[in-house]
Amino acid sequence: MTFNLFLQHLTNGVSLGSLYALIAIGYTMVYGILRLINFAHGDIFMMAVYFSFFGVATFGMPWYVSFVVAIILTCFLGMLVERAAYKPLRESPKVNILVSAIGASFLLQNLAVVVFGGRPKAFPTVNLFQQVMTIGAVSLQRLTLIIPVASLTLLFGLLFLINNTKSGMAMRAVSKDHETARLMGVDVNRTITLTFGIGSALAAIGGIMWGMKFPQINPAMGIMPGLKCFIAAVIGGIGNITGAVLGGFILGVGEIMIVAMLPSLTGYRDAFAFILLIVILLFKPTGIMGEKISEKV
Amino acid sequence: MKRRDIILTSASILLLLVFINFASGNLDAYKVRILNLCAIYTVLGLSMNLINGFTGLFSLGHAGFMAVGAYTTAILTMSQVTKQQNFFLAPILPPLDKLNVPFLFALLIGGLLSAFVAFLIGAPALRLKGDYLAIATLGFSEIIRIVFTNTQRITNGALGLKSIPNTTNLWWSYGAAVITIAIMALLINSSYGKAFKAIREDEIAAESMGINLFKHKVLSFVIGAFFAGVGGGLLGSLMGTIDPLMFRFSFTFSILLIIVLGGMGSMTGTVIAAFIISSATELLRFLDQSINLGFVVIPGVSGLRMVVFSALLMIVVLFFRNGLMGTNEFSWDKIINLFQRKPLIKRRLGQ
Amino acid sequence: MTILKTDKITMKFGGLTAVKEFSLELNQNEIVALIGPNGAGKTTAFNMITGVYRPTSGKIIYNGQSIDGLKPDAITRLGLARTFQNIRLFKELSVLDNVFIANHLHLKSNIFEAIFRLPRYRREEKEKLQKSEFLIEKLGLKDFIKEKSSSLPYGLQRRLEIARALATNPQILLLDEPAAGMNPKETDDLTAFIKEIRDEFNLTIFMIEHHMHLVMGISDRIYVLDHGVTIAQGNPYEIQNDPRVIEAYLGVSEDAEN
Repeated sequence: MTFNLFLQHLTNGVSLGSLYALIAIGYTMVYGILRLINFAHGDIFMMAVYFSFFGVATFGMPWYVSFVVAIILTCFLGMLVERAAYKPLRESPKVNILVSAIGASFLLQNLAVVVFGGRPKAFPTVNLFQQVMTIGAVSLQRLTLIIPVASLTLLFGLLFLINNTKSGMAMRAVSKDHETARLMGVDVNRTITLTFGIGSALAAIGGIMWGMKFPQINPAMGIMPGLKCFIAAVIGGIGNITGAVLGGFILGVGEIMIVAMLPSLTGYRDAFAFILLIVILLFKPTGIMGEKISEKV
Repeated sequence: MKRRDIILTSASILLLLVFINFASGNLDAYKVRILNLCAIYTVLGLSMNLINGFTGLFSLGHAGFMAVGAYTTAILTMSQVTKQQNFFLAPILPPLDKLNVPFLFALLIGGLLSAFVAFLIGAPALRLKGDYLAIATLGFSEIIRIVFTNTQRITNGALGLKSIPNTTNLWWSYGAAVITIAIMALLINSSYGKAFKAIREDEIAAESMGINLFKHKVLSFVIGAFFAGVGGGLLGSLMGTIDPLMFRFSFTFSILLIIVLGGMGSMTGTVIAAFIISSATELLRFLDQSINLGFVVIPGVSGLRMVVFSALLMIVVLFFRNGLMGTNEFSWDKIINLFQRKPLIKRRLGQ
Repeated sequence: MTILKTDKITMKFGGLTAVKEFSLELNQNEIVALIGPNGAGKTTAFNMITGVYRPTSGKIIYNGQSIDGLKPDAITRLGLARTFQNIRLFKELSVLDNVFIANHLHLKSNIFEAIFRLPRYRREEKEKLQKSEFLIEKLGLKDFIKEKSSSLPYGLQRRLEIARALATNPQILLLDEPAAGMNPKETDDLTAFIKEIRDEFNLTIFMIEHHMHLVMGISDRIYVLDHGVTIAQGNPYEIQNDPRVIEAYLGVSEDAEN
């Protein structure tokens, strides 16, 4: 493989990794605060893509309006799912809330099939982003560069929020211990809702960029990315935001590079994430940046 | 078992045999298909309930086991000619082309192969707890599916297998269901079954009472996988065609729905729920299709059926936490008590 | 004869040392108590001995065999059984099942023999059933034998935990606060009961307790833990008069102030 081709693949990998990172953040934040795998997260990502699609296609909004509206709607959707499917089960055995999460995921998917139609649609093209540029010997869409930049910016913004604001501190407190946080005057419910809102908004942004990069959209499009992004969060250390981003990049770059270097393995592309997951769970279950949580007997 | 119970159970089985005999000859193909599915989903539901409901392991990998069983049974029962027709892109790997065994052996081998795969998966995965186990088993299930999609010469890849001999009939499916119920009941009521339940109730206490957690989790996992494989084999033979897309996570979800609806600690619940869901899946098909009311045709909305099922799962888990039966099981005692209660009330009112 | 010995076992959780160099000796048929203020590390010591935690350093030797690092089920199989401070019964299961399950570790039949009820399994099952019923009756739980264990009143749940532990056929029984939540009368009954089972089942008993009546009443020896450190050990009389113990429980004693 020529160096230029390698660079091309690498850029694609980084771009894909950034998208994974944005979605993975949502998983890791929710897990940190509720010890719950939000199975519905991938489908929320899918909904965001459809919201922005309909904004442009059906309501004729200009893309920047549609995108913002979609992000806000998705944000609310995420918070709604939390209130309806997770909050009532907070005191129940873990199994029930996991089942609820799976149910919510399938409900969203199937609602999407019914409401949006099962056949794939074409995401609107935005010339500003999708214009092809050439840097040196590498030609790529402007989007491919914007994605990592946007992701990292959002990451730093989020880290600032978590570490330097009162709400952020509330999130950290709740992720350590609900009861103690409540006793310290933290509105636990509001904090949890906020966490879901932020995670969903980030997934929405990721979704919109995904739609622009991979314009064919369908109701099942959130399943694989959803699974992979959770795996990314686990690899990075579940509960750790920086870890989630790291995991996202590892997964994105790894996936692209492996297929690039071993084209015969293209069919196994999705398996890469799962194999990596199992390796991590066996050798370092707490992930790259994770901490060990021991149970008191 | 009490003498009375043995008589009642035998009588019921006899009744079942009579019914199957009648149904095989007299009911139309549509109804027979539903009945077959009820039995097969009973097997599948019980197999998953052993792992998830009784042993408390959150395993989401069931589709993988069903796939192994389905493909094994299919390949072992298809004739050489059928295989040649199927594997037109790349010929099937010898000696699989010539391998052909009677249905019973095909099912058992499918089950054993599933059990073996479960053993391989369980060794690493069962060291994990809770959510991590769920995701790991899901991961393995997906890996199996992806592998099946790519091993053109063994599974025919994405094309799947068609013209699988339709050996499954009511005798096979209900036979399997009855045997599964019997073995599960014997297992659950034995010392090992109680050890499984102990693990579900409190792992730490179970371990402190001398139960080797890993060994018992693997046992439960492997046995559950065996029956999942058998169920998968029966299903493949019933439908006549299988392909990797059938064995996505949504298949595991359907079985999960059954065991949650029935009550995860109850075999009786699983059986009842299997019947409800299998029937509903077929009967609710009309939701996906157009309804012709004569004066107006309500257009079908594809996917509405699955929306109903998803909503059903949510409702059960949010409002009926323990499903239909909770952890209660069927017993002749309870049925008899049910019938004896009414006269008692009448007597009291009369006084 | 010393059957259990811990040699300076230490438990560190990250930067926190929960138990520091705890050295214990249990002799056959003794009743030994472990006391100390809340948070002193008593249950942690228990957890190290029973294999729930692996000691950060130190050795545990049982009947001449090193057991530190073994898993709890292996240790139970060797003859150490325990009850829990916060009751850990198998909630959804009946009283009988709770005790019966504790027999499982001695089952020789494999799973096939069990499923198909082959003769060896049937024999073993009958024997274990009889033993479980015997223990349940002995602990005064006969009336509740088919009841769900979580439906029992608190005091009976504690007794069920003991019955369950006894079903594992232990040589050493570790009781974690067996008298918790009991009134004085119940505590007296328990005191007599512990002596009785020690004699009848040839046990050695190691218990964590706060009820001083019970502790001083039946213990042969007592160890006192405070903030993870062993501050005293000896017979009840010695402990009762040890100023360090008094200080740990009540603060500085009046005598010292003068």
